[in-house]
Amino acid sequence: MQQRQTPAPPPEGRPLLEVRDLRVSFFTPAGEVRAVSGISYQVDYGEVVGIVGESGSGKSVEAYSIMGLLQPPGRVVGGSITFEGEDVLSFSRRELTAFRGGRAAMIFQNPMTCLNPVYTVGDQLIEALRAHQKTVSRREAAQRAAEMLERVGIHNPERRMRQYPHEFSGGMRQRVMIAMGLICHPKLLIADEPTTALDVTIQAQILELMKDLQRQTNMGIIFITHNLGVVAELCHKVCVMYAGKLVEQGSVDDIFYRPGHPYTVGLLRSMPRLDAQEHQRLIPIEGTPVDMLDPPEGCPFAPRCPHAMEVCLRRMPPYVDLGPGHRSACWLRVQERLPASPSGRKEAAHG
Amino acid sequence: MAEHDTLLQVEHLTKYFPIKGHAGPGVRAVEDVSFSIRRGETLGLVGESGCGKTTLGRTILRLHEPTSGAILYDGVPLYRRDYPFQATAQGELVKRHAPRAQAVDMLPYRRKMQIIFQDPSASLDPRMTVGEIVGEALDIHRLCDGRAQRAARIRELLSMVGLNPEHADRYPHEFSGGQQQRVGIARALAVEPEFIVCDEPISALDVSIQSQVVNMLEDMQAELGLTYLFIAHDLSVVRHISRRIGVMYLGSLVELAESWELSRHPLHPYTQNLLSAVPVPDPELSRSRQRAVLQGDIPSPIHPPAGCRFHTRCPYAAGRCREEVPLLREHDPGHWAACHLLGETAPADNPPADRED
Repeated sequence: MQQRQTPAPPPEGRPLLEVRDLRVSFFTPAGEVRAVSGISYQVDYGEVVGIVGESGSGKSVEAYSIMGLLQPPGRVVGGSITFEGEDVLSFSRRELTAFRGGRAAMIFQNPMTCLNPVYTVGDQLIEALRAHQKTVSRREAAQRAAEMLERVGIHNPERRMRQYPHEFSGGMRQRVMIAMGLICHPKLLIADEPTTALDVTIQAQILELMKDLQRQTNMGIIFITHNLGVVAELCHKVCVMYAGKLVEQGSVDDIFYRPGHPYTVGLLRSMPRLDAQEHQRLIPIEGTPVDMLDPPEGCPFAPRCPHAMEVCLRRMPPYVDLGPGHRSACWLRVQERLPASPSGRKEAAHG
Repeated sequence: MAEHDTLLQVEHLTKYFPIKGHAGPGVRAVEDVSFSIRRGETLGLVGESGCGKTTLGRTILRLHEPTSGAILYDGVPLYRRDYPFQATAQGELVKRHAPRAQAVDMLPYRRKMQIIFQDPSASLDPRMTVGEIVGEALDIHRLCDGRAQRAARIRELLSMVGLNPEHADRYPHEFSGGQQQRVGIARALAVEPEFIVCDEPISALDVSIQSQVVNMLEDMQAELGLTYLFIAHDLSVVRHISRRIGVMYLGSLVELAESWELSRHPLHPYTQNLLSAVPVPDPELSRSRQRAVLQGDIPSPIHPPAGCRFHTRCPYAAGRCREEVPLLREHDPGHWAACHLLGETAPADNPPADRED
């Protein structure tokens, strides 16, 4: 349980999923809301990528667009999503239906709203499987559903399959959701805050389960959360989002030990830690989250950033490579790269 | 237990919610909980959802009328009643005669004891302006002479919690979640209370906002000498803000200790599991850490397990645990725990090997 295996190299030398310069907007009566504005990252086989951000940062919208689940007035307005070399955004309705739940699956924060209360859990699992594998007989499907439930830690699966969602506890329902997501053996699993609604002891159970399943199946996982503890525990790579922009991405160690963006630094410092040695005053990120209808012109974090410079308020910074796979969009980092930088702000991000 | 600086004392406090058409006690939300809070301290209360921590907080304020037990505030009994049930040989609880409760009129005590609720948007009336919400408490307790003084006091309260006093005429929906929670705090502070029950005051807020509110609560305490009962499920936050922590499981207090001591040397197996379940925001540490995962779910509080309520999930449960309810006992100075296995040798330092991986 203690070692996190590094992901296996992709079989065909290409990533499982590649998101490039994705832009999603919501066209509301009050104006265009750029929920996701130009984010790029990739997920390899067997890799867990964490997407961290506060409510309204666009992390869920981004995941919904991968699955083709965006509802009007939301629309992908630019960029590309490539899954195993195929362009997801150009999928026909039919291809999309085969893709969703077949090769890519998603689990949600609140399992009760995703499970149908008037069908038994068994019926729903069987339907999920037979929708994608039409040649499978009902009996065989039932058997595979039972195996899947067993695998996600639900004992006595034959009896449990005859029960309805309300007869399950919150943690058990989340297990059912995971079983349903995995029943067609997807290559990509998107988990949207799957443990946020659960108690810590149940969250620990689900995290251990996801670690096990990920090791066994070599699937790629996108794990959306606002809990940095969960990220540290589960993820290989992390994308930090703020106001629809990806402000930093890197390996989990990069993000936690060598954060390059003031927002990441702020998030890490503002949390009380259970292993703190003495009582230290928390250092909050001042100000309030961005109003997405009227975002600032430059870097979205600039109004709350303790190191904001004039340029930050005017222009969005470009990405700067801080190491292999570690990128950050911050003018401070840009400045560090300039050979004759006149400013002494280098230490500012950590100071 | 009573010391001269004890502000609040709770003895054998019990709250059952009867179920319609059901004989017997109903939902046993809080059962036989005793503790005290010293003046000026913060007592944290942690536990999973459904463990009764919120019910306990509200019962102390008599927002829920207790079933039995005693609540003493500053030495004055606010409520006292004997336990109205007795156990049959089968372990069922049946009603028995208990005299009616002795209880005081709470209105004067509402000035001293206040509460901050979890969901800021649900606890503010959407049709009242922020100024009216904060001012209502001033009116009820007749704390201001005249409109000018009242308006000035509202402005003062709003700026105290970091809101713009010019915004007193705005409605709750015009504020963000963090700001709404500040309004809720201003309302609680309006009557100049001594004691505040903080019921998950930051759980509904964004991560970057949580620390702002925690800092503010700490500042208020230092400035105004407040005493807090801080209820939350997030152990790291509770440990940060509290001097002592009580851990609840299924309606019972299972452990109570200085927060430092509790996080380093948890005695009760449930506390040990709870601590181990919290994900640490440190990749290195979480890779090297062995975690004890608790199996199963919390049992129903309608039919809680006999004996120790934790025995159905406890990795160390023995025969006695299934029969006899363990009492909260002091094992180290100031460190209380309710576990039969904490005899001469504490299992905390010597956990058996049969933990689930």
